[in-house]
Amino acid sequence: MEALILTIIATSIPLLLAATGELIAEKSGVLNLGVEGMMLSGAVGALGAVLWLENPYYGIIAGALSGILMASIFSLFTINFMTNQVATGLGLTIFATGLTGLAGAPLVGKTIPSLPKIEIFLLSDIPLIGSILFKQDFVAYLSIGIIIFISFFLKYSKSGIILRAVGDDHQSAHSVGYPVKKIRWYTTCFGGMCAGIGGAYIPLVLTPHWSEGMTAGRGWIALALVVFASWIPWRIIVGALIFGGITIAQLVGQARGWPIPSQLLSMMPYIATIIALTMISGRLSKNNSVVPSSLGKPFFGSQ
Amino acid sequence: MITFIPRDKVSKNWIIIAPILSIVFTIFFGLLIFTFLGYNPLETLYQIFVSPFSRIDRISDILVKACPLIIIGTGLMLCFKSNVWNIGAEGQFIMGALLAGFIALSFPNIETKFFLLITILAGFVGGALWAFIPAILKTKLNVNEILVSLMLVYVAMLFIDFIVRGPLRDPMSFGFPLSKPYPEGALINKIPFPGIGFLGQLHYGILFVFLLVPISWIFVNKTLGGFKINVLGSAPQAAKFAGFKQNSITITVLLLSGGLAGVAGVIEVSANIGQLQPEVSFGYGFTAIIVAFLGRLSPVGILFAGIIIATVKLGADNAQMTMGIPKVVTGLFEGILLFFLLTGETLQKYKIKWSEGKK
Repeated sequence: MEALILTIIATSIPLLLAATGELIAEKSGVLNLGVEGMMLSGAVGALGAVLWLENPYYGIIAGALSGILMASIFSLFTINFMTNQVATGLGLTIFATGLTGLAGAPLVGKTIPSLPKIEIFLLSDIPLIGSILFKQDFVAYLSIGIIIFISFFLKYSKSGIILRAVGDDHQSAHSVGYPVKKIRWYTTCFGGMCAGIGGAYIPLVLTPHWSEGMTAGRGWIALALVVFASWIPWRIIVGALIFGGITIAQLVGQARGWPIPSQLLSMMPYIATIIALTMISGRLSKNNSVVPSSLGKPFFGSQ
Repeated sequence: MITFIPRDKVSKNWIIIAPILSIVFTIFFGLLIFTFLGYNPLETLYQIFVSPFSRIDRISDILVKACPLIIIGTGLMLCFKSNVWNIGAEGQFIMGALLAGFIALSFPNIETKFFLLITILAGFVGGALWAFIPAILKTKLNVNEILVSLMLVYVAMLFIDFIVRGPLRDPMSFGFPLSKPYPEGALINKIPFPGIGFLGQLHYGILFVFLLVPISWIFVNKTLGGFKINVLGSAPQAAKFAGFKQNSITITVLLLSGGLAGVAGVIEVSANIGQLQPEVSFGYGFTAIIVAFLGRLSPVGILFAGIIIATVKLGADNAQMTMGIPKVVTGLFEGILLFFLLTGETLQKYKIKWSEGKK
């Protein structure tokens, strides 16, 4: 039971991080469909760094930097060159799939050490809860920290309110004098950093070696999670755990030999995503104020 | 400091210059990355862009590879023009091939080639049905079509895998996950050229492309339906005032693009494989997105774009065989190409102005 819960948490962390980063970007009006690509870059960056420097913590940094690099490409084109965000995001994912395939080729077959667990003094000795909450790795603590931070940041800090203003009406925000483009660069890169660390978590904890396209659609599920959470940070935790649970349920089902073909079980996370989106979107269309109004629209700047 | 100033009207020059410049920039940056990662740039350049033209049968193989790309790309063009983001063509391709395969395998002794019309129709229906899911969810419940169509790709991939390893598996396949071979009537033959014989894998499916390009050109440029799609995409407000029904246009373009992707699936399997297997598509549905953009969302453009991208795909196959470069590397070029093409779109509408000092 305990082991099962721990695996579910581990599976949900990449989704959690990537979705949180995307949420911040979307709150400022940037729809970045390149999450899958940024996660892949984070994964390959982490693998390379750990193989080279032989310390899993460098993997986190390398993952973050790879994600930021990809996000900068996206920012340069969508924010400065005013390209279509949907198409550019798709392009980023396609680009990163190719780039990571090329960069990952020499890494095939090599295994890296996994990220160590950090026990929090005394608290980790509490039965069940202790090992679930206080015996996690650094990234797990970090991701919860990020969620708490951005919840308060968006709601109570001045910068957070400006960020939301930019996402809701960039023209007005611009006329009041806020630097729309700069803010969007920051939020997109923050999104890239989170997605990169989320991607890095996959080789660092889940499967310790490289395979092409190893994120297997997690970036896209993360995008769906943002909608599922109706752009409210803490709800991402709930959503990510549900998806982690479904992913593990199908693996358990395959291992225990449930009388359902394995392919049909593997479909579950994807079908669940569609169902979740459908349930939430019906509600959202009645209550439009949740969606950032400038989401996905290019900002043409000073005129 | 660079600033963009709106042009009075869309620059005609840039419509032609942008794709050419994009290709040049893409090659430059692609080679830069190759050099950085330790591959010989000139040899890569030769393998990817020149070697596909080195023999006549290779040139005809470019056409064979371009065939599904052009068919899917034409369907996607209709979607993207009306701002509907169907990125699940890969899944629609698979479901089209699967439904057609099911029909074909249900008549194991059929020989007449007229049967092909039925399988192609089945492919259209299969693809269209798969696209109908995002269409209905988008129009009725406002569910994002990007995510739904993409999730359905994974579902379709797993589904064909299940079917081919389970219900439709050939008991005589020695444990391989393959269906029975298609009957003669469901196969698309290679084209014999008098005095030469076959040219590579060139098959009659290519005729569908020659039919599709002019038809789609007429549809986009000369019919009311095409006009509505253009208006909806470029001026959604105007479309609203004109009373165009956005939902019915959304459903129509999704069904058409799904159907065309399905037809591409039938042609690919019937001409090149001849039976169902777990993998039938090899990413055509995703690559066709790039083809649609490179072709500037116009039927004739997509014809050329399909040929260019097919060349790169074949070149990447060669590079994999001779230099050990992973095949996915085409994605690298496709991604960069898309970035520059989109920038070109901005330059059509805006002039660059260099100004000194602070803005």
